[in-house]
Amino acid sequence: MRQVIYTILENTPLTADVYRMRLRGDTSAIVAPGQFINLQIGGLYLRRPVSVCDWDGDGLVIIYKVVGKGTEALSRMAPGEALDSLSGLGNGYDLACAGENPVLIGGGVGVPPLYGLAKRLVAQGRAVTVCLGFNTTDEIFYEDEFRALGCDVRVSTVDGSYGAKGFVTGILPEHPSHYYACGPEPMLKAVFKALPCPGQLSFEARMGCGFGACMGCTCETVTSYKRICRDGPVMRKEELIWNA
Amino acid sequence: MERLKVNLLGIKLDNPVIPASGTFGYGQEFAALYDINILGTFSFKGTTLRPRLGNPLPRIAEAPAGMLNAVGLQNPGVDRVISEELPALARVFHKPMMANVSGFSIEEYAETCRRLDACEQVGWLEVNISCPNVHHGGMSFGTDPAMAAAVTRAVKAVTTKPVIMKLSPNVTDIASIARACADAGADGVSLINTLMGMRIDLKTRRPVIANVTGGLSGPAVFPVALRMVYQVARAVDIPVIGMGGVSSAEDVIEMMLAGATAVEVGAANLVDPFACKRIIEALPEVMDRYGIDNISDIIGGAS
Repeated sequence: MRQVIYTILENTPLTADVYRMRLRGDTSAIVAPGQFINLQIGGLYLRRPVSVCDWDGDGLVIIYKVVGKGTEALSRMAPGEALDSLSGLGNGYDLACAGENPVLIGGGVGVPPLYGLAKRLVAQGRAVTVCLGFNTTDEIFYEDEFRALGCDVRVSTVDGSYGAKGFVTGILPEHPSHYYACGPEPMLKAVFKALPCPGQLSFEARMGCGFGACMGCTCETVTSYKRICRDGPVMRKEELIWNA
Repeated sequence: MERLKVNLLGIKLDNPVIPASGTFGYGQEFAALYDINILGTFSFKGTTLRPRLGNPLPRIAEAPAGMLNAVGLQNPGVDRVISEELPALARVFHKPMMANVSGFSIEEYAETCRRLDACEQVGWLEVNISCPNVHHGGMSFGTDPAMAAAVTRAVKAVTTKPVIMKLSPNVTDIASIARACADAGADGVSLINTLMGMRIDLKTRRPVIANVTGGLSGPAVFPVALRMVYQVARAVDIPVIGMGGVSSAEDVIEMMLAGATAVEVGAANLVDPFACKRIIEALPEVMDRYGIDNISDIIGGAS
């Protein structure tokens, strides 16, 4: 973890309430896709955790949905403004166990961290399938970006207005080597039940500190209590108590 | 630096700044960020006789100039704290530490303290009779003078280390609780724990925190905490540790003027992991600005 003051380069809407923000600054603390940064936003006491979509040596990209006061204030920030951030938080996804043909499964605003993951898996020569689930056409983002990486991209919408009708579990490939999932908990549970192969799932929580000090986001796993912010947000399928 | 030193119940602190229990874990997360030996000491995560998972999620909510938490005393239990956390901590922290203890019965408080009494690393026992987030325990011991006195006596009977009773602000007259603890043999008191609060999500119309209520901390509570420290310091003649929303060197000075011998910093550590380091480094300059030579001179100096 490192405290970094990022400079906003871009803050633009991708849909009605989903924004992409490009930040310039030190990314040396970010070591794996699926990690997050914790942002200090004016007028609020607690920092707000946002997953890293992609990063390089000069900066990073976050994609966030306006859901409350914090993200609303974030959406009003302009290029040139500074963002105090704790960078490189959480464990992130483990790329080593991807196998030949991993599948990346994202629901709604759970999609962003999968982009940085897809980019790195493709660079390693894996055949990557990406399954994206949204509620409706207007909410879709990053379909083209994943395709540009060379992934096999499949999209589902709950209302059937684009791609396959229904949930993302309806468009999963038959025999993936491994899965990586990020999205709302009902989606994660459905994926957990649907796919027999090993996988990694990323969780969301209301956090106090974001770096493991306050025990504000602890969950129970088969081996121990884990802090979603520090020991997660990515958990291995075998760790989850959903089997019981 | 000599001018920052204070004496807390017979042990010299290099400075009066102490991270508060529950905001500093068992030190490791912060030791990875800076040398935590710069601290006066720190109060480790509230520890109970048996391991506790704590409350369901969500445990945290935003508040104006502060936060609510209902962690519910998650901790690995005193035996694992002694066998795992303390040896790990010994590698990164070389000063006496404050052991924070909670319980659900008088016997449990006493037994946990008895086990920690055997640990050389422990300089003080801070006995939490004020946790608002657990049922049938915690705060119920700190809202009744007779119960507070009973816990104090039971703990004092099993330890030779200084005993600091951590008081709840969720009472009508905190000075009377402090007096009951002092009369029962407490060596010091620390205050305030969090103020009981609540938030409701407008979309779901349900409490944000799964436990329904949580403890309010952060700058929002600072004036309340300061007032209580002032009142308690005048009501007892044992040392008082002040805490509640302290976020700056100025806040530390203000707490000490109100009567605090040392000052704990809580929620600030969570939003700024370098908060204590920043405060300690700022103290000399702030003392210069207000004409303070030695920080121990100002304890209770507000007239």
